[in-house]
Amino acid sequence: MNALKPVLSKPWIWSWLAAALTFAATALFTGGSSAFGLSQATLTFAAFSVMVGLGQMLVITLGPGNVDLSVPATITLSGTLALKFMETESSLILPGLLVAIVIGLAVGMANYALIKLLRIPPIIATLSMSFLVQSLAIWSNRGLRIKPPEALATFTTGTVFGVPNIALAGLLLSFVIWWLLERSIYGRWISAIGQSPFAARMAGIPVDGTRFVTYVLCAVLAAICGYLLASFSGGAALNMGTEYLLMSIAVVVIGGCAVAGGNSNVPGIWGASLFMFLVVSMLNTYGFGAGIRLMLTGLIIIAVIVAASRPLNGRK
Amino acid sequence: MKKGLSAKTMRLMIPVVSLVVLLVAVFWLQPRAMSYMGMNLLFNLAVPIALATIAQMVIIAVNDLDLSIGTFVSFAACVTAVYLPTDPLTGILILALAIGAYALMGVIIHLRDLPSIVVTLGMSFVWGGLAVLILPAPGGTAPVWLRALMTAATPVIPFAIIASIVIALVAHLIVMRSTFGVAIRGVGGNARSVARAGWSVLKIKAMAYALSGLFSVLAGMALVGLTTSADANIALRYTLLSIAGVILGGGEFVGGRVSPLGAVVGALTLTLAGSFLSFLRISPDWQIGAQGAVLIIVLGLRLLLSRREA
Repeated sequence: MNALKPVLSKPWIWSWLAAALTFAATALFTGGSSAFGLSQATLTFAAFSVMVGLGQMLVITLGPGNVDLSVPATITLSGTLALKFMETESSLILPGLLVAIVIGLAVGMANYALIKLLRIPPIIATLSMSFLVQSLAIWSNRGLRIKPPEALATFTTGTVFGVPNIALAGLLLSFVIWWLLERSIYGRWISAIGQSPFAARMAGIPVDGTRFVTYVLCAVLAAICGYLLASFSGGAALNMGTEYLLMSIAVVVIGGCAVAGGNSNVPGIWGASLFMFLVVSMLNTYGFGAGIRLMLTGLIIIAVIVAASRPLNGRK
Repeated sequence: MKKGLSAKTMRLMIPVVSLVVLLVAVFWLQPRAMSYMGMNLLFNLAVPIALATIAQMVIIAVNDLDLSIGTFVSFAACVTAVYLPTDPLTGILILALAIGAYALMGVIIHLRDLPSIVVTLGMSFVWGGLAVLILPAPGGTAPVWLRALMTAATPVIPFAIIASIVIALVAHLIVMRSTFGVAIRGVGGNARSVARAGWSVLKIKAMAYALSGLFSVLAGMALVGLTTSADANIALRYTLLSIAGVILGGGEFVGGRVSPLGAVVGALTLTLAGSFLSFLRISPDWQIGAQGAVLIIVLGLRLLLSRREA
């Protein structure tokens, strides 16, 4: 169905082009020998960014000012508590996932309670909440590193026909979110709210309920990511969520979703997540020092955004 | 609006009330803080935070958001600690170029209609990288004059408080009283009508970003004056602190509605919240959480007060 329209006009095409170019530049540098290992690592780490990016995308779709800064803390808390609950017991893998999801539900509900009941701007509300959640994680972690159950560790680091299981999990979640966004009434609603909250309310859309569900979904996705990430890396660490704050926002924007909300797409999240990981590994392959690597990462991100943007007079 | 206080006064009242309540709580917990020495210790770190908050406020006034302030202040601190004591000319040149880069950032954001969140996010990597290049390991020294200024023993009122008042007044004059300030807030309120009135929105945005860069540079310098050394991660938490400070101070994310006096008070409140929590002897595990709780309580208070106003 996408093939019917010119592909180039798709907002997500830029992130995929950028990812493909970076992949080529990295693989060529090593004479193509690293292509397979590189694709596997990229798929795995991109999938973690995709999971948090999808949730952040839904929140950002709600319109200006909507963003969830509690993502990193939620990742840490769910990873910590889920592993603690499972106590390396393989029979508790599914209940452990349930624990993670419940944590996500709780954080999402608390976030929206602050936003709605106390009328705190989402940025500040989720920021304050993330402080509380992070403290909870520190308190429950106590510096102990509990290993994931054997079977779960094998699953998260394993592959099916060469495709990492984590990437498959990310793909599955992407299909669910894609269906919600593009095919369900919920997706219509969040886009409508993002385009004009007032018009959406006038049109009879349950604005508060929809926003509530969105913040909860975002927290649940972050919690699932935390559960898988902790299992993948052999234990939860207190700083495991840190890099996902910038990452979750960056992949949404590089993926071609409107930052002002109301217009989002799922393929772009994948393109941008692949791109973000590939940039770092490309600069690593080239053997740059930490300073240059950071600088180039920043400049490349800005370059991609500028390339994908339209000049001011293209504005409606 | 007619009876009692105007909305504008209310906007400033709430942060001031929160600050006073916190201050009373601190004095109650630790009466010895009620002295010249105690006040100096309580508010010392507020000076760089206040400067960074003003920098963030100027960006918020034009409806943008700067997520790179933390790394930029760290970068400015690294330049200050490495170059200013030994090679002041190079140091000043680098800092001036950095302010120029901020103006350029404003130009690009405006011309290409880019989301400021993302561009500043990208720039935060650039500043972080530059800071690591300049100062790979924590170190450097503070210039003698800067150290002397930041630790000045002013009579009666501690330097930190005087400095905060001066910062608030200067920012107030620039943002609320000058023509330039009106133009900045006008862009935040209604960019189109500012353009129709014959102003160049591009120039205003570039200058707003440059002004913000200048305040961030001052924040970095003030920080080095206090800590006498720098590292590339020294001020990372300033990004979120500065946003929280602006909002606590009664600013809003859109519409050019900001308050420089409120922003400084907001920064002082956040600084004090940290001291308050350590006086409470809360376990370190819960320090960050309690800071979040203080933020929520203060903003909840604001809701109660503004409801009464309505």
